[in-house]
Amino acid sequence: MLSRKRNLIPFVFLILLFVATITAEWWLPVSPSVMDSGLRLMAPSSENWFGTDHFGRDLFGQTIVAARVSLLVGFTVALLSTVLGTITGLLAGYYKRLDSIIMRIIDGMLAFPSLLLALALVAALGGSVTNIIIALTFSFWPVITRVVRSSVLQVKTIQYVEAAKTSGVKDPVILARYILPNILSPIIVQGTFIFARSILAEAALSFLGVGVEPSIPTWGNMLQESQIYITLAPWFSIFPGIFIVMTVLALNLLGDGLRDAFDPYAKGKKKARKRLFKQKKQYAS
Amino acid sequence: MLHYTLRRLVAIIPVLFIVSIIVFMIIHLTPGNPAFLILGEDSSPEAVEQLEQQLGLDKPKVVQYVDWVGNIVTGDLGASIYSEQPVSEIIGERIGATFSLMVVAMLITLLIAIPTAIFIVWKRNTVMDPLFLSGSLLGTSIPEFWLALLLVLGLGVAIPIFPVAGYVPISEGIGDWLHHLLLPGLVLAFVEIGLIARMLRDSMLESLNQDYTKTARGKGVKESTVLVRHVLANALIPTTTVIGLTVAGLLGGTVIAETIFTIPGIGQLLIDSIHRRDYPVIQGVVLFIACVYVLVNLIVDLLYAFLDPRIRYD
Repeated sequence: MLSRKRNLIPFVFLILLFVATITAEWWLPVSPSVMDSGLRLMAPSSENWFGTDHFGRDLFGQTIVAARVSLLVGFTVALLSTVLGTITGLLAGYYKRLDSIIMRIIDGMLAFPSLLLALALVAALGGSVTNIIIALTFSFWPVITRVVRSSVLQVKTIQYVEAAKTSGVKDPVILARYILPNILSPIIVQGTFIFARSILAEAALSFLGVGVEPSIPTWGNMLQESQIYITLAPWFSIFPGIFIVMTVLALNLLGDGLRDAFDPYAKGKKKARKRLFKQKKQYAS
Repeated sequence: MLHYTLRRLVAIIPVLFIVSIIVFMIIHLTPGNPAFLILGEDSSPEAVEQLEQQLGLDKPKVVQYVDWVGNIVTGDLGASIYSEQPVSEIIGERIGATFSLMVVAMLITLLIAIPTAIFIVWKRNTVMDPLFLSGSLLGTSIPEFWLALLLVLGLGVAIPIFPVAGYVPISEGIGDWLHHLLLPGLVLAFVEIGLIARMLRDSMLESLNQDYTKTARGKGVKESTVLVRHVLANALIPTTTVIGLTVAGLLGGTVIAETIFTIPGIGQLLIDSIHRRDYPVIQGVVLFIACVYVLVNLIVDLLYAFLDPRIRYD
């Protein structure tokens, strides 16, 4: 899957960003936390590649370090939503009795526009990294539940599942050994998209001042602080934003690529189209 | 159609029940005593007790929930702790700005998305199509609030054609109203444009291969007429469902656009209330938005079934 060039580029970018951000202290030329009142809101230069902020701190270093929390939140939310969504989706899809109860709750949770449920939960719990993760997990796992449930409903009727059932295999084993492996691809694809959406949502919540504590550097917090200096120091707003866009785009490309890689039908269709094109060309000549 | 309408109406009841429970929980999920949290660290025990009574927090949870739902059904959403004004009144004052913003954003979305989709389908075998697909993927990867900052920088500060903040009610002149709403409307519309255009392109490409399209071509109808009258007209039906999604996206995004462009709508109200820990207002706004969303989806579903009778028998 990763051998395809289209998937490789975003994947390599994400790995590089991850390694760069966790090892930032060792290689950054200018420490991101050092304040220098003489260097306040300086434009990008060879010394400070992305310029400096209102405390004279180096923005390149801060942007790199800020990736930690953004990636942490995105990854944790994607993982938790996937696990919760898979469990509830398996139960809803497999047991008819649980289906209507679980799906009513899921429908209720999906009755909130994106960001609103997260905002409501953050309003209750207060802003912190943990609470943001909880709030976003609650807004995103119903999406996975729906995907998993509909996949289970399809797989459930296939003969090998029926055969396992009649030969007395226990339900948990059927779910884990026969159904789950066959529905993994849509789960992974959706998980990747949720990773991307949580990074955007965390940034939005922090930007609105109801997200991660302002003392912790995240891209959203940086943009929140940069807002009042927008005319004085536009670079303060531009660079963290570019990093959000690149990371989210990489994840979206990866999700798209994985979807195509997992879908043999899509591949077949592409080949068929190529073949048709060749034939047409031959015919024309 | 009547049977379908009734079925859809009944299906809404459990959804509203779950919504009401989630909104009710907002105040009870707070760590510690909500009354204490609202009043602040140095509040006297008497004041805390009084607020608890005012909010009904001293009663059992089930009783509180029943009371709360009973009040909502009669239109009483409680009163703001901050201004002591009834919540329904505050929402009423703010809804005009939000509604205006959403109408402008919706118009911008449709005015850009529909022609774009037609153009892409017309040029479907050129480089425009993959270019459009990458563009729409890039579009969904850009945070709305960052785009807003860039637009403020470009169109508000560097070349000041648009006001970067404030709101003028439509009663004070439609030109001024629109002038203030174009920039925030564009920000709000941005993500939706990509989604709708993409959706429309997909369903137009699908209806290109249908028999009625071939028949129209066979009759010798002009290609432009085929695209608009036959392909687009049929592709618009599934797109009505996307409009429901668009309203949802706009409702969520309005919080961001209103905050950045200081538009006094319910999104800004929500953020201000979260900062003030004004829980009755938070609950009121969240409940209101969720109900509007449920209602819009219901209308879209019914419209879809009305336009395409096959849906009713599914």
